[in-house]
Amino acid sequence: MTAVRIPPVLRQQAGNQKKVEVTGSTVGEALESLLGTYPGLREQIFTADGSLNRFVNVYVNGRDVRYEQELATPVGGSDEVILLPAMAGGR
Amino acid sequence: MTGRRSGPETDALRPHAHGGNARHGGRFPSIVDAIGFTPLVEVPRVCPNPNVRLYVKLEFMNPTGSVKDRVAKYLIEDLESSGRLRPDSIIIEPTSGNTGIGLAMIARRKGYRVAVVVPENVTMERRQLLALFGAEVIDSPGHLGSNGAVALAKHLVAKDPRFVMPYQYGNDANPRAHEETTAEEIIADCPEVDAFVAGLGTGGTLMGVGRRLRRHNPDVRIFAAEPLPGETVQGLRSLDEGFIPEIFDPGLIDGKFLVSNTEAIESLRELTEKEGIFAGVSCGAVMVAAKQLAREMEHGTIVALLADGGWKYLSEDIWTRDLEADEEVVDSLNLW
Repeated sequence: MTAVRIPPVLRQQAGNQKKVEVTGSTVGEALESLLGTYPGLREQIFTADGSLNRFVNVYVNGRDVRYEQELATPVGGSDEVILLPAMAGGR
Repeated sequence: MTGRRSGPETDALRPHAHGGNARHGGRFPSIVDAIGFTPLVEVPRVCPNPNVRLYVKLEFMNPTGSVKDRVAKYLIEDLESSGRLRPDSIIIEPTSGNTGIGLAMIARRKGYRVAVVVPENVTMERRQLLALFGAEVIDSPGHLGSNGAVALAKHLVAKDPRFVMPYQYGNDANPRAHEETTAEEIIADCPEVDAFVAGLGTGGTLMGVGRRLRRHNPDVRIFAAEPLPGETVQGLRSLDEGFIPEIFDPGLIDGKFLVSNTEAIESLRELTEKEGIFAGVSCGAVMVAAKQLAREMEHGTIVALLADGGWKYLSEDIWTRDLEADEEVVDSLNLW
């Protein structure tokens, strides 16, 4: 089972869970597994054409999947998927 | 770390790196002119791959102790050359500290007024430095992080015409400072650079250095280290309130590493213990990313940019805390 970490901004649509166990061997499958349980998240995470919302970042073991294989990035075992909103940084 | 790199004898045997062509030291007409020209230092004792040479660019050697002096100089020169500054103008900028400190220092030297909008939970040292350079400090809600500071600064600018905002998140003068200074120095000192790593905040360093290094060698790879935000600094109501800096083009970089405060601080302590380099928290995250990259490379040269020194984080007990016991507290701190 892969764990998906849910940021505070998405928790209301995710049963107030901080972490959700999902199945799937790619990021896309893992997210579909998450949306199977919490369908209210779909319009937050994906755009109408099925690509990732530009304001959400998805990481597998700390690497942004946009620079890996996007939704085809493999996951499994003890991998941790982290969802985060795009936020301002910098000093 | 490999054992064979641990002693002074082996260090002496290492072939001397490129001597460097960038200007260091020197004599200047004012402190503002002394910005930049920072040293590039090899850190073999923390580099996990003996076939990779890892160099760090020490931006804490800038006048106010951070890379943001370069940006502040370019932002103020941009305001001057575009004629936006009037006698009653107040330069206002959202910042969690370093940009504000750089702006305030330069404004002191040039005689301008500066107000900075900072999240209320920034470290005490940053607040003190802003005050001593004469900046007016306006607090934004801490739980909204830098997003909150940006929103409040924009609100104030709309309300009072005296406020003039250089706006580092959307002003090309920010990446241009790095394109014309930081990157030029890297190329002069280390023309063989294969990969560049820096922290992702406004995106200015990554965009500016990335643009220039790619012209130098189209195969150079650019990597970002990003902070894993604590639970308490993610006060968004919806994803649409999220923020991507206007100057940031995600297509210009080759990868992003997400690093927690705890991992960053562990790496920071290692850098101080093994290399004698005392850097700020985001530098620890940059080192985590650079070391991971070094492990994945067969051979080559990495330049990692260390944005500031450790001084401004002393009040947070970064070097002495029990990280295991305090992990949750440490990861919720707003240290970038």
